[in-house]
Amino acid sequence: MNEVQGIISRYPQGKQKSALIPVLHIAQQEFGGWLSTETMDYVASVLQLKPIEVYEVATFYSMFNLKPVGRYMFEVCQTGPCMLNGSDEIVKYIYDTLGIKPGETTADGLFTLKTVECLGACGYAPMMQQGKHYREHLTREKIDSIIAECRNAAAASN
Amino acid sequence: MGRKLLLEKAHVENIRLYDVYRQQGGYRSVEKALKSMSPDQVTEEVKKSGLRGRGGAGFPTGMKWSFLAKPEGVPRYLVVNADESEPGTFKDRYLMEFIPHLLIEGMITASFALGSNTSFIYIRGEYAWIVDILEQAIAEAKHNGWLGKNILGSGFDCEIYVQRGAGAYICGEETALIESLEGKRGNPRIKPPFPAVKGLWDCPTVVNNVETIAAVVPIINEGGEEYAKIGVGKSTGTKLISACGNLNKPGVYEIDMTISVEEFIYSDEYCGGIPNGKKLKACIPGGSSVPILPANLLLKTAKGETRYMNYESLADGGFATGSMMGSGGFIVMDDTQCVVKHTYTLARFYRHESCGQCSPCREGTGWMEKILLNLENGKGKMSDIDLLWDIQRKIEGNTICPLGDAAAWPVAAAIRHFRDEFEWHVTNPEDALRRNYGIGHYADPIHVPVG
Ligand SMILES: Cc1cc2nc3c(=O)[nH]c(=O)nc-3n(C[C@H](O)[C@H](O)[C@H](O)COP(=O)(O)O)c2cc1C
Ligand code: SF4
Repeated sequence: MNEVQGIISRYPQGKQKSALIPVLHIAQQEFGGWLSTETMDYVASVLQLKPIEVYEVATFYSMFNLKPVGRYMFEVCQTGPCMLNGSDEIVKYIYDTLGIKPGETTADGLFTLKTVECLGACGYAPMMQQGKHYREHLTREKIDSIIAECRNAAAASN
Repeated sequence: MGRKLLLEKAHVENIRLYDVYRQQGGYRSVEKALKSMSPDQVTEEVKKSGLRGRGGAGFPTGMKWSFLAKPEGVPRYLVVNADESEPGTFKDRYLMEFIPHLLIEGMITASFALGSNTSFIYIRGEYAWIVDILEQAIAEAKHNGWLGKNILGSGFDCEIYVQRGAGAYICGEETALIESLEGKRGNPRIKPPFPAVKGLWDCPTVVNNVETIAAVVPIINEGGEEYAKIGVGKSTGTKLISACGNLNKPGVYEIDMTISVEEFIYSDEYCGGIPNGKKLKACIPGGSSVPILPANLLLKTAKGETRYMNYESLADGGFATGSMMGSGGFIVMDDTQCVVKHTYTLARFYRHESCGQCSPCREGTGWMEKILLNLENGKGKMSDIDLLWDIQRKIEGNTICPLGDAAAWPVAAAIRHFRDEFEWHVTNPEDALRRNYGIGHYADPIHVPVG
């Protein structure tokens, strides 16, 4: 809540709507990586907005997930420059390894595969976003080790 | 070896930290501006420098600043555009990641010139870790008296905040960016009114690219006239180029705009040529929106003159035989790559990123994507190629914002220069599925690395 107040204070009086996107980021992180209707309604009440003002924004931006997602999201870029460097094979390799197609989550709820458009890492292609960070110059071996890393982290925190 | 003004110090150890940056001469431009210049004098230097916006459109920055309306009692805003989402472009990220204080320094000086007491960096949401880097730099700058109230005793107050987007290329368009910063969907506004009159919260606003604002630092330090001596013609100063695709050394390079395209691609100082002994087939020299050029037209203009890495030379020949400098996103394709497939990924990108307000853009991008996918998969007809051409023509110029044009140009240029490759996909459907059409006659005849 303090964090939200801090964000609102950046804008002029009465312009707290500007805090919506930053607050949705916080909400998504706090509430399991996605935005349920309840979460969005709660954000609306905090920022004194109508719920529809929150829904229309949450549905516009591709980083907001409106359905539950796995604990680890692999967001693989597939736009031109990544395609030139073999992003198709990366998507296929993740499918072969984890058995999930883009948009799907593994049965154990650990991994979600998502294909995304250009993330601004074209010179380090192929790449994906995983959580807050970029994983670049991807190879099959790198994917294997990222999966193992996630599994270890999940096991350690359970 | 070209001159470096922005990235010269980017690899000094710990340059991200304030103390190191300051030791290396950082924040001198703020001292100079706030202690010895008026806001108008700062703008005047920027005008003299000939600096053109580095976000893609190349509009003269000093002129943009002088258009800013200054009604009494109304706040004015500087917003830095760090949305960087044009495929092929990753230069602003590099600058912010390695030398964040350069952007903060440029912003303080620019805010002083514009009279902005609260300035924002609007950064694409995916660059989450860079938000931390920037906020750290802002905190350090504030701690050392470069931000806050009455900076250096000049009476000028300034705060800088970082605002994260959430995944939408369209928010790089300046009016969509402003909408987004106001907490709305990123739907571009109809202009006029321009942001210089009615921008953020209806107040006069300047939106500038990250690299543009960073360039203010050397301009103030060295003087606009000195800056204008670098480069050629109306392409003054240095430009960051983010090179990617099939290159031995992809990455971000600062160039003064006098080198040739050939040197940029093949010399070891820059991209180091095409990997695995392959040849250059084509290149999109200024971000995904600008026309693709086959190797022969990339290295030489239609008149047979050497093509250089600057605004005028890249545009030589117009859209018939030239391209654009754009955002500096330089995408190179080797002779095994398929132009149809690449164009398809771009069409998909624009369909995904269209905000949906204008029917030609919303519907047209969807149709182009579908037709290109059919062609790529060997399911297209000859008439599809003409249909594609028609659709792109009907989008261009008929939309609220330039995203429509940006979606149309790559398709138009691909058909213009690579029509036989599209036709080959129709006449050889099985091969189209199995392998790419990489034919020799586009490929660069000069494969000996220069200098
Ligand atoms: C669809 C679209 C996307 C854009 N994306 C960006 C961007 O990511 N970064 C940027 O600086 N400018 C972008 N622009 C250009 C901005 O509208 C604006 O011209 C620019 O930020 C002005 O800054 P400059 O004069 O310093 O270049 C985009 C324009 C359009 C039409
Ligand atoms: S051209 Fe496309 S992106 Fe731009 S306003 Fe129209 S629909 Fe939206």
